[in-house]
Amino acid sequence: MITIRYFASLRETLGRSTEQLEIFEPHTVLSVWRLANPDLALPENTLTAVNMDYVPLSNNVKDGDEVAFFPPVTGG
Amino acid sequence: MTIKICDVAFEPFTEIQNFQNPLTLEGKFGATSIFIGTMRDFNDGDDVQAMTLEHYDGMTQKQLAQIIVAAKAKWQILECLIVHRVGDILPNEPIVLVAVWSAHRGEAFEACRYLMEELKTNAPFWKLEKLATNETRWVAKNTAKVKGI
Repeated sequence: MITIRYFASLRETLGRSTEQLEIFEPHTVLSVWRLANPDLALPENTLTAVNMDYVPLSNNVKDGDEVAFFPPVTGG
Repeated sequence: MTIKICDVAFEPFTEIQNFQNPLTLEGKFGATSIFIGTMRDFNDGDDVQAMTLEHYDGMTQKQLAQIIVAAKAKWQILECLIVHRVGDILPNEPIVLVAVWSAHRGEAFEACRYLMEELKTNAPFWKLEKLATNETRWVAKNTAKVKGI
């Protein structure tokens, strides 16, 4: 089981903030997006994290990971 | 080194005083550099009446801790304090405080600037503005350098 998190405008667009998926084969961050959102291309400039560290879309995802997708950050 | 995420308004100078008082730095620090970011009542040519700051709880603290580790590797920092607001914010309320204590001013200035720029680039916060017209909009750009990963 993996946990997927969405934040800010992306959370609003998708209408959900978190979900859990069973994965049965090797996945990357990008393939997790496609699995969870088959009808929506990943928006340009989306930032991605696994277990709260920034990673590229090609990063591997394993069972138990928390994968996050969010727009550019605007704190400070 | 302390990171605080506040969901209510904070008073930055009280935070600094309360943080500094119990430190055992007497005679050790010659410089304290402070940055305070405060909410404006305008942005991108529009009047803004309020703002909501969302964050990724856990990743925020993890990223800020990594930024502090990186700063300590670059400069001789004795202490630092980062406070950031989340939740509903009104104009004139502080959003962020970065304070750095060091022996000399150069390190304090540079480390404080670095921490603030890295916070804007890496810390997962997002601003939702409520305009004077009652419309809401997500702030889509920040003024930090573009994140390269």
